[in-house]
Amino acid sequence: MSRRAPKLGRGVALVGAGMSKFGAFADKTSRDLFVDAFNAMTKTVDKGVDTEDIQALYVGNFSSDLFEGQGHVAPIMADWVGLVPKPATRVEDACASSGVAIREGILAIASGLYDTVLVGGTEKMTSLPTERVTDTLASASDAVYEASCGFTFPGLYAAMATAYMARYGASVEHFMKVGIKNHNNGALNPKAQFNKSIKDLMDSRIEKAKQKGEPVPHWRDELEFLKDPRANPVVAWPMRLFDCSPITDGAACIILVAEDLARDFSDKPIYIIGTGQGSDHALNERKDLTSILASRTAAKQAYEMAGVGPEDIQIAEVHDCFTIAELMAIEDLGFFKPGEAFVATEQGITARDGAKPINTSGGLKSKGHPVGASGVGQVVEIWHQMRGEAGPRQVPGKDIRLALTHNVGATGGTCVVHIYQRR
Amino acid sequence: MTEEREVDSASFYQFLAEKKLMASRCKKCEALFLPPHPICTKCHGNDMEWVEMKGNGKLAAFSAIAVGPSCTIEEGYDRDNPYLVGIVELDEGPKVSGRILGLDARRPENIKMGTPVTVEFLEQEEGRRCFVAFKAQ
Repeated sequence: MSRRAPKLGRGVALVGAGMSKFGAFADKTSRDLFVDAFNAMTKTVDKGVDTEDIQALYVGNFSSDLFEGQGHVAPIMADWVGLVPKPATRVEDACASSGVAIREGILAIASGLYDTVLVGGTEKMTSLPTERVTDTLASASDAVYEASCGFTFPGLYAAMATAYMARYGASVEHFMKVGIKNHNNGALNPKAQFNKSIKDLMDSRIEKAKQKGEPVPHWRDELEFLKDPRANPVVAWPMRLFDCSPITDGAACIILVAEDLARDFSDKPIYIIGTGQGSDHALNERKDLTSILASRTAAKQAYEMAGVGPEDIQIAEVHDCFTIAELMAIEDLGFFKPGEAFVATEQGITARDGAKPINTSGGLKSKGHPVGASGVGQVVEIWHQMRGEAGPRQVPGKDIRLALTHNVGATGGTCVVHIYQRR
Repeated sequence: MTEEREVDSASFYQFLAEKKLMASRCKKCEALFLPPHPICTKCHGNDMEWVEMKGNGKLAAFSAIAVGPSCTIEEGYDRDNPYLVGIVELDEGPKVSGRILGLDARRPENIKMGTPVTVEFLEQEEGRRCFVAFKAQ
């Protein structure tokens, strides 16, 4: 059977994007966070958006059921932003939930069914103790065959990290350098959960010890701080605390419209010119433990549809739920050859002022990872960077016309990639 | 020897309780699957049979878990007493996830990739099913 090249029925544009602050908010529910994100988003629509114009909602949410005891969240989100009785659909693909919701929104507009769609994501994670969060996240792996023997979600990525180290000669320091880079970016992002560099965090520990009259810890540099098990304990070796994205409450929203309507809403719309999605087996069934088939599949589709290649992409937000995940992502996306991402990171190529800036928002690592909201959260950064509105973390010396987001569900069972263009 | 049992997770765990690590094999293209798939993901055939694995393999990836789920906390594991999990590549080809025994979880940096391991059948407490484990030889 021959298949035609992937193509949308009609073009789709992004005309607004906003997010709640990411962090730990004891008094906020997933719907409060969603309202914050919606309000932040509407402020970014240059010519305004009337709620009456929004025809449907697609909302990513991994597990309000287990985190908050609240299932069926789509109509609640729709109601709280004033969309009832319009269709509201929840999308669940673990940490790729809202990335896939974006794709569903795109497909609904491309089909001609709707002209204007609200896409969002929301997750409230901090209401559970850590072991119950670990249980809930582990439910995104294979509960029958993987989690049963004691594999946790960080443990599965840690296993990929050991395979990567053995195959390519990377060390734990290389993973730490991904975290240092992303925290340097997050330090400039006021919406980030940890808007502090590793150096800031290290210095504040020293300062606190001095104030309390406790023995003052001595760390020569960030790497020494990160290698100290008291400062940076192991979660699942070789992944330590600062290799893992945090447990986060947060939400994000974007507005998608049919391409021919973009200028009715925005002076500087961003066009979505490529979308791709793939799936993969559970980790143990993969031929290669250092690469995610779903990522390669989604990237290939998105590049093909957009008519561009990895070398054309100027910035990307990739799924760094763990430091190893960022290295695998930027190889699977074709930015670097297999086994070369850790060297490129060490050389500063992926830094904000490098040739290929990755995760200028701080990534999931520093910005935070409210799992079902992370995919749309990535788009918020791309929106600001492409419009030159990212403030102190604006990528220097680049007129950004092509960008990419890469959102992974769990260990890569799902991956969704989008490519954005400013014309 | 093949066994006439439904190719599903209930049978897999029943075999495990009988100290047998079983994979499914496609009768058409002979592809082996662990976990046991009921439909061949290679040729899409659905005529599958059970085959017993010898249980020998090598360590292909692993982690020492310091922050575990509630079930391993109940087993007595914690930050100061981590446990090992891993992915083992069996001599027959398939890879399988399991608990790893006989290696020092407190010194994971000394664990060698490719370490030979043999299957062990760990009985959980009453009412909880057996799960796959491998012990370093």
